Amino acid sequence: MTNEELKAKLTGINSALTFEEGGQWLNVNVEPKDWLPFAKELRENPELNFDYMFCLTCVDWKTHLGMVYHLNSKNLKHIIVVKSKLDRNNPEIETISHIWRTAEFHEREVYDLFGVTFLHHPDLRRLLLTDEWVGWPLRKDYEDPVNMIKL
Amino acid sequence: MFGLGKKKEKPDPFPGQRLETAGGGILISQLDDVVNWARSNSLWPLVFGTSCCAIEMMSTAGAKYDWSRFGWEVARATPRQADVIIIAGTIVNKMAPVLKRLYDQMADPKYVIAMGACATSGGPFFYNTYSVVKGADHVIPVDVYIAGCPPRPEALMHAMLTLQKKIKSGAPREKIQIAEWNAA
Repeated sequence: MTNEELKAKLTGINSALTFEEGGQWLNVNVEPKDWLPFAKELRENPELNFDYMFCLTCVDWKTHLGMVYHLNSKNLKHIIVVKSKLDRNNPEIETISHIWRTAEFHEREVYDLFGVTFLHHPDLRRLLLTDEWVGWPLRKDYEDPVNMIKL
Repeated sequence: MFGLGKKKEKPDPFPGQRLETAGGGILISQLDDVVNWARSNSLWPLVFGTSCCAIEMMSTAGAKYDWSRFGWEVARATPRQADVIIIAGTIVNKMAPVLKRLYDQMADPKYVIAMGACATSGGPFFYNTYSVVKGADHVIPVDVYIAGCPPRPEALMHAMLTLQKKIKSGAPREKIQIAEWNAA
């Protein structure tokens, strides 16, 4: 499907979605509470058939945290980017590790470095850092007086 | 490509130049020279690369630059058989104890080259980073430093020749520097 067709199709599924265009891929903004049913639809709808998640990451915008999911359909050869804004003080979103299995480790990494809580994740604990680490190093306001030299 | 615009240096004759030392016997010092000459021409590097400098190191080992011309032959995958460790890349806090253990497992005499900006000082990760060691010499002693990000194979080869020169002289770095100043 082209970006225009995808946009029409997705609007039919959830009318609350907003879109950003102009890039190579269609960007979809979704509310965190709508994310889980929407993700299921993206995976299971035969016309969408997003069977491969090739990137899951988070961005600290200082005002909020933004989750970014890159989804690809190997059969239908189309790609979308799904974004979701989270509250910076209490970032919570449903896990999608049972929909795309690769998300299990990606979500652990995001939890490790940004402190996003993925609800109902099977094994949410530190991945790269030590278990006793305090804080979320990739947040913009992270301070470490021992190891960091501020410029 | 090498020594462009420089006077061509005569290669050291076997067994190298003999240094007169107070109280040192002739036989001992000559034997030292032979041993140092042998050591410097058969340095086995450890297979160790932590980031992009390792790509340049592999290129130096490859057919085009071919570091075996200088006696840097077989890269060993175990520290127990290696003579020199080239720190090719960033050392993070998690890697530092591993590097220390590898260095401790190497048999004496052992040598260290810090390749590139990360290994010498933390380089691009000096400021605002929570995870990077600001120079591998915080963990293990370094013999030769190379500038660059990453350094080209020519720079690594220059470091290799510098290390060979250091081993052949049998003297610490400061002594070599003073000798070079005096010669200039």
